[in-house]
Amino acid sequence: MFLKEYFGSIYRSARSLLKGMKLTGYYFTHPKEIQTEEYPDNRATLTMFDRFKGEVTMPHNENNEHRCTGCQACEIACPNGTIKIITKQELQPDGKKKKAIDTFVYHLELCTMCNMCVLACPSDAIVMGQSFEHSVYDKRQLKKVLNQPGSKIMEGVE
Amino acid sequence: MSLLGEDIVTEDGEFVINIGPQHPSTHGVLHLKVWLDGETIKRIQPHLGYIHRSIEKMSESLSYRNFIYATSRMDYLSAHINNQACALCVEKGLQVEVPERAKAIRILMAELTRLSSHQLWWGCTGLDLGAVTPFFYAFRERESIMAIMEETCGARLTQNYCVPGGVMYDIHPNFRNRVKDTLKQIRSKFNEYEEILTGNVIFEQRTKGVGYISAEDAISFGCTGPTARGSGVSCDVRKLFPYDGYEKLQFKEILEQGGDCYARYMVRMAEMKQSVFIIEQLIDNIPEGEFQAKTKMVLKLPKGEFYQRVETARGELGVYIVSDGAASPYRIKYRSPNFSNLSALERMATGTKIGDLVAIMSTIDLVIPDVDR
Ligand code: SF4
Ligand code: SF4
Repeated sequence: MFLKEYFGSIYRSARSLLKGMKLTGYYFTHPKEIQTEEYPDNRATLTMFDRFKGEVTMPHNENNEHRCTGCQACEIACPNGTIKIITKQELQPDGKKKKAIDTFVYHLELCTMCNMCVLACPSDAIVMGQSFEHSVYDKRQLKKVLNQPGSKIMEGVE
Repeated sequence: MSLLGEDIVTEDGEFVINIGPQHPSTHGVLHLKVWLDGETIKRIQPHLGYIHRSIEKMSESLSYRNFIYATSRMDYLSAHINNQACALCVEKGLQVEVPERAKAIRILMAELTRLSSHQLWWGCTGLDLGAVTPFFYAFRERESIMAIMEETCGARLTQNYCVPGGVMYDIHPNFRNRVKDTLKQIRSKFNEYEEILTGNVIFEQRTKGVGYISAEDAISFGCTGPTARGSGVSCDVRKLFPYDGYEKLQFKEILEQGGDCYARYMVRMAEMKQSVFIIEQLIDNIPEGEFQAKTKMVLKLPKGEFYQRVETARGELGVYIVSDGAASPYRIKYRSPNFSNLSALERMATGTKIGDLVAIMSTIDLVIPDVDR
């Protein structure tokens, strides 16, 4: 009786181990089932999902114009103090002065990609970009200015 | 030699060792001080605070819209469910009616989160007990869920997809197909999971009868989630205090009576199937309509106290907001499942061998940032 149980347990144990080995063996001999991506070798073909939140960007059109009015709504909405808007007074053609954006400072190192700033922007001036390779050797490079040099506000954006 | 101001060998001849805070099997920066008599554990003292970020205090200076994102960093494997809890609590205060579509999307995402969390746990449990292969198999299926998250929410872990009043944006047009493909894939892999780990003789001997906790102890330590359900304590918030329309769904609360590591393991394995079942019910029946209720620009909760509990992958998360009528909370308190579950670790592990400590810890499924917050 004891012997029967003893050998029975050995048989069951060996079977359970072989069952698992069979599965690993199956995947070992069927490399087609492997689903890994070979990053960074696939960099050229790698596309992120269009909603992927990689960083905050400010799209400019071909005339180097953006849609940002300098209203600072994004700065207020950001929970981390990532955005600093520096505004200036711009002389309009009709002689009036108007608030406009001077510098859009974006601290990538503080950003949590929460999307609150994009939702808060009333004129859709900023969107989430898809880049994700943000590593740099010097921390100062993470401080970015999003409005390009010499850019101005698009016609008709209030 | 002294360690933290105490002797390595106590007067009774007990040997004191430190496990963590940088140890692969503690799943994060958990520091356990263990008193050993030979190989037998006499006492365990968790030392916390290595990843304390003061999320509760920080939230007091943020608006009701903005504090939610930080909760993704508590239990990062149930990030969506944490966000949902906060959104629900704010909605309770504002008394806004969440559209049916938003509710359905939230549940779908929550169950996908639970599924992916349990899959990661399954892989890690195998890894902790010496089987490396399950880890990779679990990540294979989890990756498909991560892709769903990435496509619709824009992030893999820290989604921040729930906002007061609904969800941040509508589901991706491709969402339904992708979820269906994923479910098909996952369902076909469940028996692989069983084959490679559940019936394995080494695994069974390392978990059966190890880390026992009785139902009474589980209750008195405040254990929730699969940790308590493994001891037969019925505590599924989705069943007992339904939110977001869980009351309309068919699913079973999984209970096991064993109270040991194996029982907790079986609870989670069965819960994965229940999550798949819930998603199947909803995926073809997402109601049409708005995905977000109209809310004011600046949210202000009326004076008072609000509490909302949800079932995360690890247990009951409670969000307690005290409002003084201003635009940011006066006080926020999170009742995190991992903190209470960790407190039961000593009861489970005392008297077992030190090798079993790893098995016990992995079946409690601790996420340390949720313990410290
Ligand atoms: S994504 Fe969030 S953290 Fe980053 S800048 Fe926008 S609001 Fe701030
Ligand atoms: S990005 Fe949008 S919200 Fe921010 S300052 Fe410009 S217009 Fe205002």
